[in-house]
Amino acid sequence: MFALILRRILWAVPTLFIISIVSFVIIQLPPGDYLTSLIAAMEEAGERVTAEDIAALRARYNLDDPMFVQYLKWIGGFFRGDMGMSFEWNQPVTELIGERIFLTMLISLLTLLFTWVMAIAIGIYSAARQYSFGDYFFTFCGFIGLATPNFLLALIFMYVGYEWFGVISGGIFSEQYQDADWSWGRAWDLAKHIWIPVVIVGTSGTASLIRVMRGNLLDELRKQYVVTARAKGLRYWKLLIKYPVRVAINPLVSTVGWLLPSIVSGEIIVSVVLGLPTTGPLLLQALLNQDMFLAGGMIMMLSLLTVMGTLLSDLLLLWLDPRIRYEGGNK
Amino acid sequence: MAAKPKQDLSTASQWRLMAIKFRKHRPAVWAGMLVLCLYGIAAFCEFLAPHTQQYRDIDKAYAPPQVVRFISSDGIHLRPFVYGLEGFRDPQTHRKVYVEDREARHVIRFFVRGEPYRLWGVIPWDRHLFGLEGDATVHLLGTDSLGRDMLSRIFYGTRISLTIGLIGVGLTFVLGLVIGAISGFFSGWVDNIIQRLIEVIMSFPNIPLWMALAAALPTTWTPLQVYLGITVVLSLVSWTGLARQVRGKILSLREEDFATAATLCGAGPARVMFRHLLPSFSSHIIVSLTLALPTMILAETALSFLGLGLRPPVTSWGVLLIEAQNVQALASHPWLLSPVVFVVITVLAFNFVGDGLRDAADPYSK
Repeated sequence: MFALILRRILWAVPTLFIISIVSFVIIQLPPGDYLTSLIAAMEEAGERVTAEDIAALRARYNLDDPMFVQYLKWIGGFFRGDMGMSFEWNQPVTELIGERIFLTMLISLLTLLFTWVMAIAIGIYSAARQYSFGDYFFTFCGFIGLATPNFLLALIFMYVGYEWFGVISGGIFSEQYQDADWSWGRAWDLAKHIWIPVVIVGTSGTASLIRVMRGNLLDELRKQYVVTARAKGLRYWKLLIKYPVRVAINPLVSTVGWLLPSIVSGEIIVSVVLGLPTTGPLLLQALLNQDMFLAGGMIMMLSLLTVMGTLLSDLLLLWLDPRIRYEGGNK
Repeated sequence: MAAKPKQDLSTASQWRLMAIKFRKHRPAVWAGMLVLCLYGIAAFCEFLAPHTQQYRDIDKAYAPPQVVRFISSDGIHLRPFVYGLEGFRDPQTHRKVYVEDREARHVIRFFVRGEPYRLWGVIPWDRHLFGLEGDATVHLLGTDSLGRDMLSRIFYGTRISLTIGLIGVGLTFVLGLVIGAISGFFSGWVDNIIQRLIEVIMSFPNIPLWMALAAALPTTWTPLQVYLGITVVLSLVSWTGLARQVRGKILSLREEDFATAATLCGAGPARVMFRHLLPSFSSHIIVSLTLALPTMILAETALSFLGLGLRPPVTSWGVLLIEAQNVQALASHPWLLSPVVFVVITVLAFNFVGDGLRDAADPYSK
């Protein structure tokens, strides 16, 4: 068991290594670099940029080193908590993205929770009351939710909010807490607003998981042991929760691995639309301005945390489902 | 005659059985027709759109959708008509306000002569499916900030959005098939490396990766180059799922007797793979490609919406939605959201078709 966990963790190391290389390649991809546009902007503003200035700037951002040296310096900085400087903001990347990454991850995890609770509850209801009005209603909602991408849902939500309640975009903080330091008041304020992005991001994931849960449970309900238990007089709901549901949930647990990346994706684009102070808007801006350390640092951090989340969920599954444990141990 | 279908069924080919089963799935059949209609719009958008892409009338900016009517104060008319719109500035808010001009009744005519265009960029023509006589204009879905007809732009956008999905899926198909087949057939360390690579790509959150890759496309590229670039970007990230499925299938089929027989007859690995193994699960591949199409379309919409994908003057659904980003503009001109309806309908239709195909391709389903 312990060896299995260790092996899973060790597998994450090469994964993270490749992720770091991909992130680095991505930030090198755009033709030209931020410095070129910076110099152009400075010249346009009437400043004289000498060759020495350019050389000094290039040296400051290590632009003249060979590629792999640049990579080593970049990745080396990561371990010291230094992700380089953002060209555009002239601030360390770490400072810029710290709270934003935290909020992105908070929203993503809450969304995961929301998705699960909703999907399991509705899935059980739909399967237990197959072909009832509620079942058809949820199936219909599920299809609509599946077909509406979450950024369009965010747009519609914004429109409704503005039209009916006169609110210009929710944001996740009230005005007085926008730039305030963390306090109980701020945390409570966050808790009051965070459900909006959670619901928007979670809808499409919930919709597809409901289908899975309903299908699994229906398959399970047709089996002999359910009929036997009913014949012996076990009450319907007690039986349902005790046996078939537990079997039907298992495939759901194993989908966490791909659910988390898609939730993080959804969070990014929804927060761009809603203008939330998470990584989304900052990443978009950094990419548009070729602010490479900022963009690269963010992609790296997002992927890193996603991989960690997936790893944790794998370990959780290992602990939950004894069948996987034995299978893995025998190898 | 009555006994004949039954006899047919026992000797029908696999594809024939699939077609019969698919036709029993009502929602899927309707969705399939809807998809065909959408591709029809994509193919003939120049003819179907009442205006050309170049059309703009700044005096008619943000005109609301006109309602097609059959009843006027004179009674019921057999030919549909719209009322003319009269715009003036609100003296207080300085916003442009439109009111219906009940005096100006414009009958909608079909196959009407209008702005000249080139069908598929080649055949010069000037007939449009519908339009008004003379100088009057019709905007069934309103106009945008520059006074361009929304419906026409959505039709032109359909061409771009639907084909980008198709080409993207084509590339995904090739990548996923080749890599998955290699991984499954050779197993060993090749398989191991490919599987790790797939795991890494899958653990990336898609949208940030797409955003980063799309941002790397040079701004100097022509619209066509950007269009192709975006399809490549989309498929570079999304081939992994298909590759996994293909690998799984090949792994199990490789051990079957017919594969061994082919090898014994002297067929090389490529022939065994593409001539014998692949055809046995081609229906499976078609299903997963149908289900991958809407994802592609959504991804393009999202990227263009963020300003990282296609750029104006190219019109796609995502590009059209850029105008809907501003809440104030959206609140006073909700018809800017109309491309959303097309996106949702398209995705739903593809999902239904995919579901129907999946049931039809599964020999064990009832």
